[in-house]
Amino acid sequence: MHGLANPARFLRLARWLLPVTLVPGLVLSLGALAWGLALAPPDHLMGVTVKILFIHVPCVWLGMAGWSTIAMASLAELVWRHPLAGVAARAAAVPGAVFTALGLITGSIWGRPTWGTWWVWDGRLTSFLILLFLYFGYIALADAAQRDAAGGGSAGRIPAIFGLVGAINIPIINRSVVWWNSLHQPASLTLGKSAIDGTYLWPLLIAALGFSLIFGAVVLARMRMLLAQVQTEARLRRKALG
Amino acid sequence: MHERLDQWHFVWAAVGIGVIGTLAMVGWSLFAMIRAERRRDAVRRK
Repeated sequence: MHGLANPARFLRLARWLLPVTLVPGLVLSLGALAWGLALAPPDHLMGVTVKILFIHVPCVWLGMAGWSTIAMASLAELVWRHPLAGVAARAAAVPGAVFTALGLITGSIWGRPTWGTWWVWDGRLTSFLILLFLYFGYIALADAAQRDAAGGGSAGRIPAIFGLVGAINIPIINRSVVWWNSLHQPASLTLGKSAIDGTYLWPLLIAALGFSLIFGAVVLARMRMLLAQVQTEARLRRKALG
Repeated sequence: MHERLDQWHFVWAAVGIGVIGTLAMVGWSLFAMIRAERRRDAVRRK
């Protein structure tokens, strides 16, 4: 990990890795969606709305994976002072928030024909909405910390602490359908076990892989953007000073 | 009287919003990255 602490070395790797993750990600996710829409049969209870699974589930997984990335990068920033960890955490926030919002919207669209309502204030939906608000808070804090750091301040660690504290919500989302009564079904897919038939499972796993690669590509693009902004700021400050 | 819902409308809406939202995020991130790197290179050349 510390081999990547050098921004120049990281940028060389990121330039190569960005198209390698983005292009297969787009092909796999769009291909899996087309497969699911065209070939997956209607479910005997949910009818054709079961096909929303192929977009909703990857979005929800990546919404939670985004905050897990922020928490792990924040830990690396606070404990090991890894110079790129804070950049990685900030870069994961926007794609995490977008996938969380898409998970909420697609879930709401799925809820209307299957539950008869767009929204209920149950444990799963509410804890997932809180995740979106946590992302908004993190993005605002990280922007403020960056401006503070540019002015010579020392607020850089506050977003990392917020990222770690906010991770408490991830197990709550995961266990919410077990702890509280919910319209939302319990987990159909856990490590090593699946209650989903193969006709739905394979396009779902391929869509999840494709969207995960897109998530990785967006994080890399945003890390390059943030590093370029830091380098520009530093260069302009040096010029202004002398 | 019962409201009859065409389930396909919900499927297309969810998939459309998911795909357009994802592609918009990818496009925006790439555009922001290219713009930031061009600005850095322009400042270096000055």
